[in-house]
Amino acid sequence: MLTLGLLIQFNQPMKQKLLVLGFLLSCLTVFSQDYFPKNDGVKTTNNNYTAFTNAKIYVTPTQIIENGTLLIQNGKVVNAGASVSIPQNATVVNLEGKQIYPSFIDIYSGFGIAKPKRASGGGRSAQYNGSREGYYWNDHIMPEAHGVSSFKFDSKKAGELVKAGFGAVNTHLEDGIMRGTSMLVTLNDKDGDETRILDQDAANHLSFRKSVASRQSYPTSIMGGMALIRQVYHDSKWYANGNSDTKDRSLEAVAKNKNLPQIIDAGSAANALRADKIANEFGMNFIIKGGGDEYADIAAIKRTNASFIVPIKFPAAYDVSDPYAASMVELSQMKHWNHAPTNPGVLAKNGVQFALTTADLKSTKDFKSNLMKAIKHGLDETKALEALTTVPARLLGKSNMIGSLNKGSIANFLITSGDIFNKKTTLHENWVQGNKNVINNMNVKDIRGDYDLKIVGNTYSLKLSGELSKLKSEVKKDTVKMASKVTYKDGWLNLFYIPFDEKEERFVRLTAAIGDSDNLSGNGTLASGSLTNWSATKTADKEDDKSGKDGKDGVDGKNGGKGGKGGKAGSTADKDPVLMPLTYPNNAFGFKTNPKAENLLFKNATVWTNEAEGIMESADVLVKNGRIAQVGKDLSDPSAKVIDATGKHLTSGVIDEHSHIAAASINEAGHNNSAEVTIEDVIEANDIGIYRNLSGGVTTIQILHGSANPIGGRSAILKLKWGEDADGLLFKGAPKYIKFALGENVKQSNWNSFSRFPQTRMGVEQVFVDNFTRAREYEAKWKAYNGLSKKAKARAKAPRYDIEMETMVEILNKERFISCHSYVQSEINMLMKVAEQFDFKIQTFTHILEGYKVADKMKEHGVGGSTFSDWWAYKYEVNDAIPYNGAIMHSAGVVTAFNSDDAEMSRRLNQEAAKAIKYGGLSEEEAWKFVTLNPAKLLQIDDKVGSIKVGKHADLVLWSDHPMSIYAKAEKTIIEGVTYFDSARDEQLNKDILKERNMLINMMLKAKNSGMKTQPPKKKVKEDFHCDTVEQF
Amino acid sequence: MKNLYKSLLASIFAVSTVVAQQTPASAQSETITINGATAHIGNGQVIENSVVVFKDGKITYIGTQAQNVGGKMIDAKGKHVYPGFIVPNASLGLSEIDAVRPTRDFDELGELIPHVKAKIAYNAESKVVESMRPNGVLLGQITPRGGTISGTSSVMQFDAWNWEDAVVKADDGIHLNWPSSFTFGRWWLGEDPGAKPDKKYAENVGAIKDFMHQAKAYLKGGQSEKNLPYEAVKGLYDGTQKLFVHAGGKKEIVDAVNFAANEGIKMVLVHGNQAHLVADLLVKNKVPVVLDRSHRNPNMDDEDVRLAYKMAKILIDKDVMVTIGMEGQMERMNTRNIPFYAGTYAAYGVPKEKAVEMITLNAAKVLGIDADYGSLETGKSATLFISEGDALDMRTNIISHAFIQGREVSLETHQTKLWKRYMGKYHGK
Repeated sequence: MLTLGLLIQFNQPMKQKLLVLGFLLSCLTVFSQDYFPKNDGVKTTNNNYTAFTNAKIYVTPTQIIENGTLLIQNGKVVNAGASVSIPQNATVVNLEGKQIYPSFIDIYSGFGIAKPKRASGGGRSAQYNGSREGYYWNDHIMPEAHGVSSFKFDSKKAGELVKAGFGAVNTHLEDGIMRGTSMLVTLNDKDGDETRILDQDAANHLSFRKSVASRQSYPTSIMGGMALIRQVYHDSKWYANGNSDTKDRSLEAVAKNKNLPQIIDAGSAANALRADKIANEFGMNFIIKGGGDEYADIAAIKRTNASFIVPIKFPAAYDVSDPYAASMVELSQMKHWNHAPTNPGVLAKNGVQFALTTADLKSTKDFKSNLMKAIKHGLDETKALEALTTVPARLLGKSNMIGSLNKGSIANFLITSGDIFNKKTTLHENWVQGNKNVINNMNVKDIRGDYDLKIVGNTYSLKLSGELSKLKSEVKKDTVKMASKVTYKDGWLNLFYIPFDEKEERFVRLTAAIGDSDNLSGNGTLASGSLTNWSATKTADKEDDKSGKDGKDGVDGKNGGKGGKGGKAGSTADKDPVLMPLTYPNNAFGFKTNPKAENLLFKNATVWTNEAEGIMESADVLVKNGRIAQVGKDLSDPSAKVIDATGKHLTSGVIDEHSHIAAASINEAGHNNSAEVTIEDVIEANDIGIYRNLSGGVTTIQILHGSANPIGGRSAILKLKWGEDADGLLFKGAPKYIKFALGENVKQSNWNSFSRFPQTRMGVEQVFVDNFTRAREYEAKWKAYNGLSKKAKARAKAPRYDIEMETMVEILNKERFISCHSYVQSEINMLMKVAEQFDFKIQTFTHILEGYKVADKMKEHGVGGSTFSDWWAYKYEVNDAIPYNGAIMHSAGVVTAFNSDDAEMSRRLNQEAAKAIKYGGLSEEEAWKFVTLNPAKLLQIDDKVGSIKVGKHADLVLWSDHPMSIYAKAEKTIIEGVTYFDSARDEQLNKDILKERNMLINMMLKAKNSGMKTQPPKKKVKEDFHCDTVEQF
Repeated sequence: MKNLYKSLLASIFAVSTVVAQQTPASAQSETITINGATAHIGNGQVIENSVVVFKDGKITYIGTQAQNVGGKMIDAKGKHVYPGFIVPNASLGLSEIDAVRPTRDFDELGELIPHVKAKIAYNAESKVVESMRPNGVLLGQITPRGGTISGTSSVMQFDAWNWEDAVVKADDGIHLNWPSSFTFGRWWLGEDPGAKPDKKYAENVGAIKDFMHQAKAYLKGGQSEKNLPYEAVKGLYDGTQKLFVHAGGKKEIVDAVNFAANEGIKMVLVHGNQAHLVADLLVKNKVPVVLDRSHRNPNMDDEDVRLAYKMAKILIDKDVMVTIGMEGQMERMNTRNIPFYAGTYAAYGVPKEKAVEMITLNAAKVLGIDADYGSLETGKSATLFISEGDALDMRTNIISHAFIQGREVSLETHQTKLWKRYMGKYHGK
């Protein structure tokens, strides 16, 4: 040691030297392993036992020893049982009346591993390429990372966690989509890493969030993130089979870690389902970290069969005391506040295996109170304990090590004064690897109670109450209360008060050492400064807690307060929390129970058939089993509910060929080809846009990828079945589509981005030619490979599976169809020529604002046009856009539709159709087809929807007036016989929503008045997407 | 089929040969009489089978008696005649192509710039402006955007050689974007993008009040050096200009109305998303509302999905004077849809003639041009149009004639020319 110190002395300036020396000294004491040389003394070993006797021991949450002994040695459990023989070299701790639990485990943590700094730079000049060599091409894929390599034990945070009852954490580098391995480490601050690191590759971690350390653009969306994860899995398998000519340490790591527990940070119930989808595709099991909103979609969560990690974080009530500010808080936000504490309980009741985590908590201090809240909201106590002990241990495959007090387990355990989830229970000690951490000294004498305080001839009444660690005092002369303060620590009591007759606010200061006696005595200093002795005789033990604190946890704030004398806390005074009903989806205008299909008979309507029958006056339409059963006059069916449609118009549902509602993301802008992404991955079934569309008679939409790149993503075609989950919304049996785009957006003309090909329309063409050429070659390679004999296959290198190219091959093979965003005639012409060169045809041009200039060519190619009725002048390429476009294309024989590309316009496409009458003089019947039958044709679903024809889906709208009249309102919107929108129900819901909001606001006000934490009102902002929206990811 | 298009084309070309394209019409040279139309007066009244006569740009007769005054007769039996629609709070002519920066002239640098005047940049030959006329939109208040006090607007007519020619009422109003009491998180800095109460709201409002008080003091005289911004608000204090306050929320509206009342300034509320919640205050202070287009989504998920459609009725029922303006996404090219916004307000409870009044006489009153414009009344400007049917409905808003100050204006546009060229290409002439 000295030598070391001297060495440093010669080389370092004085001040630094001392610091360094100190550091080394402490390091050396920490890292003293058995086989290390010893230079600071003699070798000492301690193989003594410690026996904890007479305690109630929870070996596991369900295996309980009422009066047992826990025996530990060298940081491990030797035995736990009712009759454990205690060796001679044991120190014995009598825990009579106390309980022992395994310490908690936090399975999801970033403990001791600093997050990387956000990469500098900015502006909009995106970085498209990765920045590493020898790793995967995408910087956000870092499966080769090891949390342990940047681990530094954080004593302060460890202390907080130990105080909250934790003994071990699974910690990883919280950065990137693939994050590499986590380490399992105890919170033992007495020993070093050599002791506390239990496993340095405990689990493999993923997320849907990009690394902050890289500015690589791809992926810009969650759907890109999902596609990327899939591609990595394909690549790693391919790589592991020896097919790659180059080295990729990332792909090697994926293969190496594939048998570890796979933990993915989903962050929300919707993303949890997305994660599960990927896991299923690859035959994997993800342990999914949720977002605390799983309760709202519990059926789907349960179906995943996945294990979950859920944060025990609940939103604070919004401070709604300013009614105007309060009006900005959405019902869904308030309902989440109301329901969030039920989340763990709901998961438990539905048999979902889950662990709890402190991750996402602002302060570890909130852990216990939140846990108690969850229990109060229905979480079974045993399940709670399991979620903190045996479940995380099992999920990590470490049940033999942690999470229980079975023989051989690490000696991580808690000593408490009673049941661990009782509010009044004190956590005394948290032992970690056999090292004691005192949280609340169990040997502190309870001095709470009433006393007669005698001092210089006066007798006052003294009351000591509250928690022992935060004692409160009350000093009174008869009924006059005097200002006072008390501290009680390490066996010493200090009491200050201002005597009632003291004019100058001077204190009397008393002190006493606490002994065995119930009475107190000591000396003190009077207000005048003179010394004196004092004593206090105990007259009464402390009263039962009146649970003044309980009120703070009460949902309605009425609890607590003045409990009757001897009233038991936590029982009668605590009312069950009031919960607003859940709906599907769980926000405004949701259904309490999902509506069912009905047989319906519309009588005496003006029926717009879109068929040879044309517009039928005074006609009837019968709906049975979700299909159109009959169209005609004087129909009857006893099974059907009759709807009098006299004076009203009945049409097939409006179809929007180009929509961007109900999606979590729209553009994957990170590459010029993103054929690997699909909107089906990111459907948002709870988007209010769905309900708003229904209110405008829309029944089917195509959610198109945006126009950020020439080859966009795959679309989703939905039926707007409000209340169904994402899968339930998909249009069954619809063909597959993909979005392409041309022009200014893909050239990135309207913002400062000059680094991505293409920058001109010349380049756009080459992107297509290049990708289709490569797709042909890709297909040929696979064909050749698949044609090999088994033997030859074993010798040959397999081609790489490329999701993007697979999609391109689908297009070439006419299994997937293109809807292409387009503006000017040159580019429209170009894409048709490219398609013809590769022997397929474009299905639809969308936007297609100069379609009228090449309508003859479009007709010849056989492509349809889905355009805006009258949009123009928003950018240079729409300078020649004219509202007559639809009429001209139609006149040239092109199947023409009007679409929205807009969450507002989509709900009144009926009015937009009328513009084809104004601009271009279309007949009413033909104009109406622009938003019904024609988009159905473009989507190739016209055999199912788009007209009122026997056998087709009963997707119908009942209008108050001529459907294209400005005065028309959708009264009922029906999909497959189910009424999803009804204007009478809508009016009622408007009233119900106000009522529900009012109730929740009152609950929040009560919560605030009862002293609960609040947060300022915040308005959720969700952007309405357009083609060119690049969302934050 | 082909024949149908041929006959359609024939009618198109027949019209187009009569009127010169896009050249501003010259002054009315002969008396014009429109016979037989349903006349929508603009004040809520309708005259069936009407006779409308105008001479030298002014309406000389409206009623049901046949007039034998010579000149030109237009037989409009079964058709409808309306006063030209008027759009307050529009920015037509201040930008041609939204995404092309060189064409954008609506937002000047600076926070408090009342001295900046919209009329100066108004492009009388804008292709977007000319596309208003075939929909019956003939006048507008051209308004700058951005900043806190964006500048000064002017009322213009849409058939002119240049901005001087276009001016109907110069510098009619000052436009003030009232601060929001909410602030939005800056997501690009990693903040929650949601809105939360803005702690600086009072400070931001204070800055406006300070400016106005300083201006008021300055205007009392005694200053040797000119201050252009202060000079520019003179009209607010002498009553010749109105203050158009752009505000949406209840709190902002109340603060703005109280501010204007204290200053003795004539105020018009623009937007007024929550105006229905403080309607009494608006009525008491005689503050009219320039509503936004009805074709809007609700501000919140919880809101009545049709609240925007119902807003005009709610306000009119509370006796608030309402007109419709045009600000926001793609506002310029969409300004031609003003009749249909009124139509949608009518679908949700406003009587049809009241809906017409919203975009005619009410708009004229708000802009202070109702002595000459906004209704079909004797002595007023002959600024009107003839529609095949209900001009608030897309199906029937088909305009055959439009007059501004008695001048028959062209209904041709860049767009109709392209239509005809390509119909000609495919279907022959």
